[in-house]
Amino acid sequence: MSATEIQSPRSKAPGVGSGRIAPQYRRSGTSKGNFEMLAWLFMRLSGVVLVVLIFGHLTVNLLVGEGIHAIDFGFVAGKWADPFWQIWDLAMLWLAMLHGTNGVRTIINDYAEKDATRMWLKVVLYAATTVIIILGTLVIFTFDPCPVVNGVQLPGGFCPAP
Amino acid sequence: MPTKPAGTLYRGREGMWSWVGHRITGVVIFFFLLVHVLDTSLVRVSPEAYTAVIGAYKNPLMALGETGLVAAIVFHAFNGLRIIAVDFWKKGAKYQRQMLWTVLILWAVVMVGFSIRHLSLALGGH
Repeated sequence: MSATEIQSPRSKAPGVGSGRIAPQYRRSGTSKGNFEMLAWLFMRLSGVVLVVLIFGHLTVNLLVGEGIHAIDFGFVAGKWADPFWQIWDLAMLWLAMLHGTNGVRTIINDYAEKDATRMWLKVVLYAATTVIIILGTLVIFTFDPCPVVNGVQLPGGFCPAP
Repeated sequence: MPTKPAGTLYRGREGMWSWVGHRITGVVIFFFLLVHVLDTSLVRVSPEAYTAVIGAYKNPLMALGETGLVAAIVFHAFNGLRIIAVDFWKKGAKYQRQMLWTVLILWAVVMVGFSIRHLSLALGGH
């Protein structure tokens, strides 16, 4: 009976030569590519930007002046009259939704054990994310401070003097 | 008969609990974000619809909810910066515990300030 020969990892296997890492130890080159690494990097980069965007959002909307009492349709109209806040809110929407979606994706992968459950939870997640991002983007760019329905100005709107 | 080995329950102390806290606050913030985009979208329905629904955020019970939400956001933000430091700073892993206590102290300071300001505005009668 011959003794089982155990190779230490990444050592030169007999007959293979050159001391290259054995194929089973390669981490790249799989079908997933480096998506997971990019997702990991995105969480950190978007996280830093989101700290600035969200702390600014909370300060301007809740802490300055009358705080939450000042928030109404006119408040939103005032902010989105300025491209600065349109871009701010657009960046916040996209980064927060993608950051949150990737976080929830990770949690689903961790806790949903059945393949089918995992897949369906992620289908629902991605559908919700798509709807919210598209809706939010359209709202920011099609916002109308003076909405008119059937030729009648809606009450509460901010319309130019006739 | 084999028995379960004793004492193998993982208790990761600060590192594990900050991870748990990061997940829970992350999920809470994500679901609020979905609702918040929907309520803001009411500006495209009518000025009155938006102002009516946003008015629901202005009662005392919601003021407490908003404070809780901001508490979750501030923890997630500061602990997120700690995670980045652990990953990218050479000594990050070594000092992760000290950084967690720094996160908690900063979180407490910011939340005391925020709570005083927000609750006095929201509950202060208008």
